Amino acid sequence: MTSRPLLLIVLLATFTAAIFIVELTTGPSSIDFSNVFMNLINPEDIDQNGPNSGALNAGSTSVGLGLDSIIFLEIRLPRALLAVSIGATLGLAGAALQGLLRNPLAGPGLMGVSNCAALGAVIALYFGWSGVSIYAVPIAGMTGAALSVLMIFLLAGQNSSIMTLLLAGVAVNAVASSLISLALNLAPNPYAMSEMVFWLLGSIANRSMSDFYLALPFMLVGWLLILTSGRFLNALSLGEDTAQSLGFHLGRERGIIISGVALSVGAAVSVSGNVGFVGLLVPHLLRPLVGHEPGRLLLASALGGALLVLLADVAVQSFTPGHELKLGVVTALVGGPFFLYLIIKTRNSLI
Amino acid sequence: MKLQAKNIELKFDGNSVLKNISIAIDKNELVGLIGPNGAGKTSLLRVLANLQKYDSGELLLNEQAINSINRKQLAKHISYLAQGAPAHWPLEVYRLVALGRLPYLNPWSNLSAEDNAVIAQAMALAEIEHLSGRIVSTLSGGERLRVLIARMFATQSNIILADEPIAALDPYHQLHTMELLREHCDRGGSSVVVLHDLNMAARFCHRLVLIDQGNIAFEGKPDCVLQTENIAQVYGIETQILHTESGMTIIPKSRTSN
Repeated sequence: MTSRPLLLIVLLATFTAAIFIVELTTGPSSIDFSNVFMNLINPEDIDQNGPNSGALNAGSTSVGLGLDSIIFLEIRLPRALLAVSIGATLGLAGAALQGLLRNPLAGPGLMGVSNCAALGAVIALYFGWSGVSIYAVPIAGMTGAALSVLMIFLLAGQNSSIMTLLLAGVAVNAVASSLISLALNLAPNPYAMSEMVFWLLGSIANRSMSDFYLALPFMLVGWLLILTSGRFLNALSLGEDTAQSLGFHLGRERGIIISGVALSVGAAVSVSGNVGFVGLLVPHLLRPLVGHEPGRLLLASALGGALLVLLADVAVQSFTPGHELKLGVVTALVGGPFFLYLIIKTRNSLI
Repeated sequence: MKLQAKNIELKFDGNSVLKNISIAIDKNELVGLIGPNGAGKTSLLRVLANLQKYDSGELLLNEQAINSINRKQLAKHISYLAQGAPAHWPLEVYRLVALGRLPYLNPWSNLSAEDNAVIAQAMALAEIEHLSGRIVSTLSGGERLRVLIARMFATQSNIILADEPIAALDPYHQLHTMELLREHCDRGGSSVVVLHDLNMAARFCHRLVLIDQGNIAFEGKPDCVLQTENIAQVYGIETQILHTESGMTIIPKSRTSN
């Protein structure tokens, strides 16, 4: 009874690790990994015969590293790490929200969490706060995400039905989208506008390690908060009253999940922009494989999300080299039709 | 264990739902809460389960204020079965019953051998061992209810509070469910059950509490509470009451004209 979910976790982790390596080897320029490996062990000893080994000493962090190593460390590695962490965040947040609202249609995208985070980040970009502090965009993103979840609960009121919560989420999402459109409309120049639009489309190309380091602590704290809520989510499958009678403090546990979602999704969105549908798709696909248990779904969804975003990013780089599609465009292209399928499949069982 | 509510007042938007209600549940007692729709039965049960904040009064478990007891501790003493017996995901029966062990687990620990033994025992008591591997959403209403009762047995709580557990069941499963609750009380536990079926209430409960518009109208042994004039006053119906060898039978005849 316990072996099957464990097997699933091991399988997902193995696939994620494998695609992570594929992601590291994918990119417009081919790099020689034995070169990189030797170079990282012994930075001073640059292989002068390698194809990309012209010693590049301009960047101060890269003194003594060959071009291959620089591409690896400053382009490939942050991209792959971001794919994993953002995918894990979205999968985990989706599983947590679906468990909290006991509804397979909930997710950071549909509930407006992603869009509110994006709105926060767009506001920071619009007013140029990103120039003031590197933390401005992620903090604005997280504030947006937190506000969205708070607003959903305020709008729906206490002891609200699941349907009311979902409706509130959809409404918050609509408000956030319209405000994003307003920001684009008022953009001071076409260049600023295209910058915001490209950012909104969702991508993890051309991010640096410092982007990753910036978002990581917030995502880690968010993950931890969500992962500790597994037991509560399990209890919630018997309804809120019963969960309370099983010893859970409803308000506190809800708060933990909401903060976890806000922190991790806010940080993720502020680095990558909107990568949609991962949070909806992944928990839904994996749920039957963990016996529909919301607590067990959390870790599986985190791994599944990481795997899906890695796969999408490998696809983005492999299929359209030269004119790369944005990651968010690809996940939406796959996720949209899946969402339609989900509606058709569940329309008879929705109350 | 003794659960006691004293002078409970509860208002929703200015409307009094419970008016100065006092009730005590003792060891070995199966208490039936009866009364018309909207009388306040569910509200009173939720107050007793510490799920509903009340405006005034106090709630005591073994003479100790319930608010001073840690939630996890309290969960080991009192379990609650919600109306409609919800189960939101298609969980495996064994895993659902295992949820009853949640008050004993910390966030990272797994079920111990002891927990599994308790779960197996709970499933045996509720007679659902054969359903162990089934998915709860594929069960019949009666089977599902027994699964949820097994969940409460797995919590090993002394006091079981159940809101209309038999409302949607056929007579066989109604009897089965009431027997399970009665056996729980015979084993030293106690239970408060909201019921609409007066015959079942008369047959299985040690004591009945008839609620009318937020007040306790009548309280006592079933044959004292269930008298034609009491029922006429509270429910507004005329009944015929037969005392047969298989117990009391209440037959609703007509609505009194008012």
